[in-house]
Order: sequence, then structure tokens, then C-alpha cells
Amino acid sequence: MNWLALCSIFSAAMAVSFGAIGPALAEGRAVAAAMDAIARQPESASTISRTLFVGLAMIETMAIYCLVIALLLLFANPLLK
Amino acid sequence: MISPLSSETLFHIGSVAISQAVVTTWAIMAVLISGAILISRMLKPAPSTLQALFELIVDTIDSEIRNTMQAEPGPYRAFIGTLFAFIFVANWTTLIPGVAPPTARLETDAALALLVFVAVIWFGIRSGGVGGYLSTFASPSPLMIPLNLVESVTRAFSMFVRLFGNVMSGVFVIGIVLSLAGLLVPIPLMALDLLTGVVQAYIFSVLAMVFISSGLPGKPLPKTPKERTAP
Repeated sequence: MNWLALCSIFSAAMAVSFGAIGPALAEGRAVAAAMDAIARQPESASTISRTLFVGLAMIETMAIYCLVIALLLLFANPLLK
Repeated sequence: MISPLSSETLFHIGSVAISQAVVTTWAIMAVLISGAILISRMLKPAPSTLQALFELIVDTIDSEIRNTMQAEPGPYRAFIGTLFAFIFVANWTTLIPGVAPPTARLETDAALALLVFVAVIWFGIRSGGVGGYLSTFASPSPLMIPLNLVESVTRAFSMFVRLFGNVMSGVFVIGIVLSLAGLLVPIPLMALDLLTGVVQAYIFSVLAMVFISSGLPGKPLPKTPKERTAP
């Protein structure tokens, strides 16, 4: 196993682990804000939760990008061919 | 371990390789189309239980379109509803043993995102003409034209990566857990995967609605709800 493969494995793990921090914090804040809003205005819960789902999907995409980068490094690495 | 980015070929038609995901897609299409034909054949003024169920589904889709796009659902119902039904059924094909959901493969998601990309242009041109559609790129101010041009491609790409990443990661995690632990351990993960499947189908169709309505020219900004007066 050469150093290029080692680097790829290491960077894949780093990409997922550090890429998950930001979206996790952001999703926590978003859900907390939505809970707060629903507690204040229970009648607008359906609108808020619909917007929340779309927003969470947007935030989650950042983590998914990191996962895709990691999988590209592990399974479709052009440097290891 | 099998790469989640590649797809295995089942057989060839001529020189075209047919993968497992394509065969599953054909099966889903056959089920959805024959189901739609069967149910629309036996429509009655006094609905049976089955017809009431499907009327409820169509009604829910209609009200979602009305709420999200602030428009009458007529022209969009077919496209949005089909997107939702297809992705939903495709994500839940994990319930059938030995079948991987076609949305966990790159090519199906790329095709779906491309469909949304084309639909944004088509609905935009149909409702406001070519000039009206092009004017939406300069919508807040002409300074935003380059950003809007780039965004129209990247948002389709991000839809593609989002659906692929979510569904594929579910399948992938179940595979890893199944190879580490035994028979019944991955069941909670599978249940979570079913929930993710519904949510992703919903999100994909909601995002398609949002993008389509952002391409409609001359649309007033969505009304802000009235200020709530303190009780």
C-alpha cells in the first residue's frame, strides 16, 4: 500500500468527520428555532414544518457532499488507477 | 466491498448494457402505469374505499402544490405527482429482498434531476414565453444574471447528489452493518431508511416545485402572512 492510498483513506475519514460537524450544528439550530416558532404559534405548525424539512434537506446536502467526496476517494480514485 | 458508485450489468440489448437498476425502474414504471390505468378505469361518482384513498392522495398533492407554488395545481399535478410517486416507490423497493432501490444508483438520480432541470425551462417558457423566462434570470437585479445562470445548473446537480447520497448511504450502511453483525440487527436501520425514503421523495418534489415556481415569470413574491396581533 503506497502513501497515495494511505492519504486517500485518511482524507476520506477526515472529510466525513469534519464535514459532519457543521451540518450537525446547523440542523440543531434550525430544529431549535422551528420548535420555538411552533411553540409560539401552534396554528402555523404545518407551514413551519414544511419549510423546516426543505431547509434541513438543504443543510444535510453539505454532509452528503462530504460523504460523496469520501466515497469518490475510496472507490473511484483517479490517482490510484 | 462492492463500490456504491458502480452498477453491475445484467444483460445486453444490442450494445446497450442493462443494469439491475434499469430493470427495477422498468418494473416500477409498469406497476405505476398499470395501477394508474386500472384505477382511472373504475372511477365512480360514489367512490369505493380504494378510489377514496387515491383521491385523498391526489388531494394532498394538490394542496401541497397550492401551498408551495401559490398557483393552481392543474398544469403541475402530473409532473410533481409522478416524481413523488416514482421516487417514493423506488425508495421503498428495499422492502423486497434482493432488490436495491434504483435511486441508490447514480444514473437514475441524474435522469430525475435532468427532468427537473428541463421542466423548469419548459414550464417557464410555457407560462411567459422565451423572453419572460429569460427575464427571471435578472429577477432581483441584472447584477444577479451570472449567479442565477450558475445556480440553475448547480441546484439540479445538488438535487441529484442529495437524492443519491441519502438513498445510497442508507443502503450502504445497512450493507456494512449486515456484514458486521448478524441477521436481525439492521432492522431499526431499515425502518429509518424507509422514513428517509418518504422524506427524500417529499423533499425532491417540493424542491422541484420551488424551482419551477422560481422560473415562472411575473410572479409576485409570496405573500407574507399577516402580522399576528397580540391577544
